[in-house]
This record gives sequence, C-alpha cells and structure tokens, in this order.
Amino acid sequence: MIPAENNLPRKDDFIAVHDLGKSFGAVHALRGISFSVPRGETMAIIGPSAAGKSVLMKCLVGLYAPDTGRICLDGEDVSTTGNETRKKWAEKTGMLFQHNALFDSLQVWENICFSLIESRKLSRKVARDHAVDLLGLVGLDPDSAGLRPSDLSGGMQKRVGIARAIATDPEILLLDNPTAGLDPVLSNHIENMIAAIAQKRGTTVITITNDMKIARHRYQNLAMLHDGTLQWTGPTTEIENAGNAYLTQMLSGSSQGPITMRTGKRQDQLFA
Amino acid sequence: MSRSQNSPGGVRSKSLASYLNDENVRAIIYQIIVIGLVILAGWYLISNTLENLERQNISTGYGFLDREASFEISESMIEYSAQSSYSQALIVGLLNTVKVSLMGIILCTILGTIFGIARLSSNWIVRKLATVYIEFFRNIPVLLQLFFWYALIPNAFPHPRDAIELLPGVLLTNRGLYTPVPVAHHAFEIMGIVAILAIIGIIFLKRWAKKRQDATGQPFPVALVGTAVFFGSVFIAYLAGGAPTVLDVPELRGFNIQGGNNVSPEFLAVLIGLSVYTSAYVAEVVRSGIQAVPHGQWEAADSLGLKRSVALRKIILPQSMRVAIPPLTNQYLNLTKNSSLAVAVGYPDLVSISNTTMNQTGQAIEAISIFMSIYLGLSLITSLFMNWFNKKMALVER
Repeated sequence: MIPAENNLPRKDDFIAVHDLGKSFGAVHALRGISFSVPRGETMAIIGPSAAGKSVLMKCLVGLYAPDTGRICLDGEDVSTTGNETRKKWAEKTGMLFQHNALFDSLQVWENICFSLIESRKLSRKVARDHAVDLLGLVGLDPDSAGLRPSDLSGGMQKRVGIARAIATDPEILLLDNPTAGLDPVLSNHIENMIAAIAQKRGTTVITITNDMKIARHRYQNLAMLHDGTLQWTGPTTEIENAGNAYLTQMLSGSSQGPITMRTGKRQDQLFA
Repeated sequence: MSRSQNSPGGVRSKSLASYLNDENVRAIIYQIIVIGLVILAGWYLISNTLENLERQNISTGYGFLDREASFEISESMIEYSAQSSYSQALIVGLLNTVKVSLMGIILCTILGTIFGIARLSSNWIVRKLATVYIEFFRNIPVLLQLFFWYALIPNAFPHPRDAIELLPGVLLTNRGLYTPVPVAHHAFEIMGIVAILAIIGIIFLKRWAKKRQDATGQPFPVALVGTAVFFGSVFIAYLAGGAPTVLDVPELRGFNIQGGNNVSPEFLAVLIGLSVYTSAYVAEVVRSGIQAVPHGQWEAADSLGLKRSVALRKIILPQSMRVAIPPLTNQYLNLTKNSSLAVAVGYPDLVSISNTTMNQTGQAIEAISIFMSIYLGLSLITSLFMNWFNKKMALVER
C-alpha cells in the first residue's frame, strides 16, 4: 500500500480528494479516501461489490455531501452540495450511471440534450441537431433520436447515456460501469470511443469497471477500493511492482486472498 | 372410478354411482342447483312486488315520465318550470350531478396533486401541513364534511344587504356567489359553433405537424398556433355576431339579489366537500406515484444540474402518471358516486329529484332503476375514458 502522505492533494492536481468519509447510518461506505488525478488523465476505479465505488462517484458528482474530508476540483473546494461552486462544477461534469437512468418519459434526443434545453436555453431545433451529432459520435443511427429509451437494447442505452454525459462538453467525465453487461466487441468499441473523446477534448475521465483487462491497459491511473477504504492507488504501469495483496487478488480474480465478502468472511472461507 | 368397479351392485347401480362420483357431472349438478335458487329468489321477489303494487293500486311502467312534474327545482342548467315533465326534471338532476362531479374531479385533481407533492417536500412545515390535511379530511365521513361546509357557508358570509363585492359585479353572500353574465345573444351561438370547428381544425393541425416532424425533423409550434387560431376565430365570430356588450349584473333589489348568475351555497358545499375529501385520497395516489419512480431518475436529473422543480415537472410526474392513473380512476368513480350524497344538503342532484319524483308518483322501482342505470352509465363512461387515457400514457414505456 502506498503511504497516505503520497496522496495529499497537490495544487496542480485537477481532481484532488482528501480524507473523504461518508456513512449511511451505522454503515461506513467510505473512510479516509485520498487520491488525485491530473488534468486530462484517466483513472479506473476497481474493487469488489459493495466496496463503495458508486458512493465515491456520487460524492464526486455532488449527489452526496461527504461527512468528512474535502473534494477539490481545479483547486476549488466542492465538498458541500448545493452552493454556487458546486453547481458550476456540476455543469462541467458529465456522468453515466450504472443503470443508465435514462428518462423514460423523454425521447432519446431530449434525453441527450435535456440540460442544454432546460439550463442553457438552447432552442429545441438546435438541441436536436446537436443530439444527432452526438448519436453519430457514439455510433448510433440518427433515426434513433426519436425513439424512447425503452425501445433500445442495453448496449444502445449505454451509448445514449454516454452521449448524454458528454452533451455539455464536460471537463470531467464520470462513468459508472460503462461496459457492464455488454459483449466483448461492444465493450471494446465503447472503450475506444471513450478514449477518443477524452483525447480529443482533453477530458479527465474516472471510470468504475469490473473488467480488469480494460482497467490495466486502457487507463493511466488505478484506484483499488475495498470495504470503503482505498487499498492502492497509482499509475497502472506500477501495478506489477505494487506488491499489494488486495490488488493482486482483484486482478487475478482468485478466491485466495484478503478480499472479504459482505458477510465479513474472506472469499476462501465462504464455502469452507 | 376404481371404487365403483369394486362395488357389489349390478351394472346399472355401478354406472349411477360412477356418474355421481364424476367431478364434471357433480360440477354441472351444483351449477344447476345454484341457478335454480337464483331464479327462484328473483321470481319470489318480483312476483311479491307485483302483487303488492297491485294491491296498492300502483300501475307499473315508465308512463309517468311524460306527466307534469309540478314541483320547482332551485337550480337548473336548462329551461325548467313546474309545468315541465318528470323526464325533464330528471334531466335537470342528471345535469346537476354531472356538473358537480366534473368540476369536483378537476378540483380534486388540482388539490390532490398540490398536497401529494407537498407531502414529499423537503420543508418540514409544508410536509407536516400536507400530512395533517390528508389525514384530517381522509378520516372523517364525507357526509359529515358536506354538513360542515353547508353549515359554514351561511354563517361565514354576510346577508345580501352587506354583500362582499369581490370585483365590480361579483357579490359574495350567504346565499352564494353572484357573477355578471352576458345577456343571451345569437353571437354566442355562432361563437360556440366556431369554437367546436376550431378544435377540430387544431386536432388536424396537430396530426399534420407530427407527420411533418417525423418526416423532416422540423418541429411546428402547435400549442402557440393552436391557441392563436382558437381565440382568434372565436373573437372574429364575436365581432361578426355584432359584438354584444350587454351584461346582466347582479344587484340588490328588495331583500335579495336579482340578476346575474348565482352559484348556490348548496352547490358550493357539495363541490368543496367532495373535492376536499377526494383530494386527500388523490394526494396519496400522487405521492405513491412519485415514490414509485426509481430514485436514479432524481439522481440523473440532479447530476445534470437541473432544478428540482424542472425535474419534477418534466421527468418524475410524467412517469408517476402511469402508476397513478388506475387508482386515480377509482377516486374519480368514488367522487361521482358520492355526489349522490348531495341530497343531504338539498342540492337538486339526480337522487334528490328522483326522491321527489318517487314521493309524488309512488313509482319507486322505476325511479330507482332510472338513477341506478344513470350512475352505472356515468361510471362506465368515466372508466372507459380513464382506460383509454391509461393506454395512451402506458404506450410511452413499452
């Protein structure tokens, strides 16, 4: 494990999280999380189920206010929700949710450009053209603009979700499991797309993924969460030399190791 | 089957026993017995009734409907006097029932939606006030609430002499609300016809606009153009009809207010009572509908930086509608049926007029059969409309 001092937020870090903690009642979802991501870089968050990955992401986008610690975006403290700074950064952040959370009541193009129409007062015609452009970017047919989310397959919904996340041309892109439940070919396509968008626009990307191959080879940085704590963070190039038992087990998927299930038992003890 | 084969009797008794043991045969026998009992009971009731009616020299049939009603009705939407027939009196009652039910449905939906949303407010006081409103009005029998409103109105508002003038010509008294009305003029008939034509035209305009948008992607401002066409054409009809400006303004003459349109205290009591009572239920329907929308939809809206009011209006409410429509239908049906309680405060609804008819003619069975069929019809129409609406909304999500 890298000592905590290495993870103190530095001024030049674009996203800097320091000693973040979040509880729901008696459940500690996150404890003492510190990491940072430089501007324009990418980071993958990995970890077993119920490790707190999605909670961390919802703290980053401002849906949850952290109980302790700080979140700094480009040097500005955005830890408290609901203030002007937080709102400003919410507009500069695009997020894809684990289950897409597309708006069932709206057409695909309205989904993509909803905040542009509502917050930035874009005319519906301009917004629709913009949505059609974005659909092309994520590899969907322009005709799908007029469909409802329920008319789309899982992979198409994911791509609409990504199109919605990048519609406002955000500086930060947060993706919660963008390839979960998709076949390897489509996963690869979507990861290519994310990389291309990030590179072209200089977007800082943080992605939660369960695909270790993608996490290792497509992202510059890695954060390994386990039971609400950060077990390891650093550049993906240093994974081999990390010597972290949690990370080693997570990457190999082995049942032998320190990772515990929600029952509090280690995985290898579960069926013993 | 195996038992009958083992029984020691002859071939005939064997087959009879096996028949009685056959489940299908038994089922048919039971059904014949039940149907027989129902017919017997019906025949007993009908023959007894006819016999009793004959003994009292009451003739059956609906012939009484054409006879002169010879009683006054305090408020009517159509031309009616004591010389009118019973059928006309019943139509007056039907229209009064429909009027109070329709307005009640609209009002309870508005009130219910407001209180349903308020119950989920993040503001403690708003949330608690809504809860108190809902629990208070939901848990007191609606008949008592009607009595309450009917007792309140004559005491809360002044005598016609000291009428409260809300606006010039709009008077509020303990005898109801008086408003000015335009004096009848043929221009209004023309305006009515033009308005219907305009609505048909707008429906076609909307179809055309949707077709064009599907084909070319070009949206057309149907709402804006439609509103302009509607009010424009109605206004032109008004001008063409001679632009009548004569108003029948209510004013105090003697001890009472004459002229204008009167909304009676009875009507107000029934309307407010039914709307408030039903709105408490509608509020719960709306609340459960909103809570049925997945939490992720709120979060997604939040993460896009949308205001909560926008998220509620554009994202959450349309989705909660789908969940809310079937129980909402129940509440509308309840309100329509509860409007029969209007008889308790003297509002001349269908039941009240049927009662008078019954007392004067003695044709109880006929009168009851008429208002029961009418309520059944009204409820079925409401049901059909709401089912259609439900289907339309459900199509949004497959």
